[in-house]
Amino acid sequence: MIKKAFLILLVAFTGYVFFVAASARPFGSPRVVVSKRYLEKGLNETGSQNIVTSVVVLYRGFDTLGEVTVLFLAATALAALISGFPFERKERTEPSLVMSTASRYLFPLILLFGAYIFVHGHLTPGGGFPGGVVIASGFLLMFLAFRKYRVSEGGLIVTEGLAGFFYVLIGLIGLYLLGSFLASFLPPGRLHTLLSGGIIPLIYILIGFKVGSEMTGILRSLKGEDENG
Amino acid sequence: MAENIIFYGSSIALAAIGLLIALTRRNLIKIIIGLDLMETGVNMFLISIGYRRGGTAPIFDIPLSKAVDPVPQALVLTAIVIGVAVTALALTFAVRIHEKYGTLDISKLREMKW
Repeated sequence: MIKKAFLILLVAFTGYVFFVAASARPFGSPRVVVSKRYLEKGLNETGSQNIVTSVVVLYRGFDTLGEVTVLFLAATALAALISGFPFERKERTEPSLVMSTASRYLFPLILLFGAYIFVHGHLTPGGGFPGGVVIASGFLLMFLAFRKYRVSEGGLIVTEGLAGFFYVLIGLIGLYLLGSFLASFLPPGRLHTLLSGGIIPLIYILIGFKVGSEMTGILRSLKGEDENG
Repeated sequence: MAENIIFYGSSIALAAIGLLIALTRRNLIKIIIGLDLMETGVNMFLISIGYRRGGTAPIFDIPLSKAVDPVPQALVLTAIVIGVAVTALALTFAVRIHEKYGTLDISKLREMKW
């Protein structure tokens, strides 16, 4: 009984918190100062057509570095927790010919699409994180279609480590040249073209590789790679 | 006015449903699903804060006045990625707990009683 009372109280309190937040900023009210500034000056300051990208990579770049670190930590903790788990498979059937043939042809296309998403992060919706996840989904398809499909752990670790290393290195170059970490030391370039946005494409390519290899690593550990099943 | 109720109301409802599931279910997988629903509700709430009538994504082949607020979108992008990582980790915990205790029912895990 007391449990139920607590439950109702907690849910009501959560609703109240949301309600206060909603009434503090009524729906569709004018923009706050910071987003107004991003919208007005962002295009010329960063050269990135996609303002969300310039907020994520440049204005709040340090935060994104932290986010990548959290993802890395979670992937590492997952691998440490799951290692040595006795995966047992009940289904021993091979996937059908249609499935395996289709996946073999789809796989490179999915990788290409993922690369397209993270290369064009400053022009179109998307960026390093969705691009990396699309790439990992390509690997998931291969894991499903071929029971013998292997991804080398060393390759994943090297890709992830190098991407993280170059991310920090780009940040340090910005610190050295312009006096602030992750500052955009490249020129903004010609607006609305692929070669624009300063260091945003570089960083998003690195994030794409990093997220792709981390997510593939997560899938690989959840699949139980070390078992010969 | 209608958008107000649809967006805010549905996101608050989603978060409340998630919270209820996480508190009342006993199956660990269902608890994780509840947490995920709650997170989705919060993300939807944050996104709808930046709503503008007739607005569209803040990518500049559109006039400035039509762009929605980019800051909540950038925040939610971060939150989604962290959410995926946390969900994967939580599911791994569930796998390990099931291996050790043979059950996913939290009421049967005596060590978790207080």
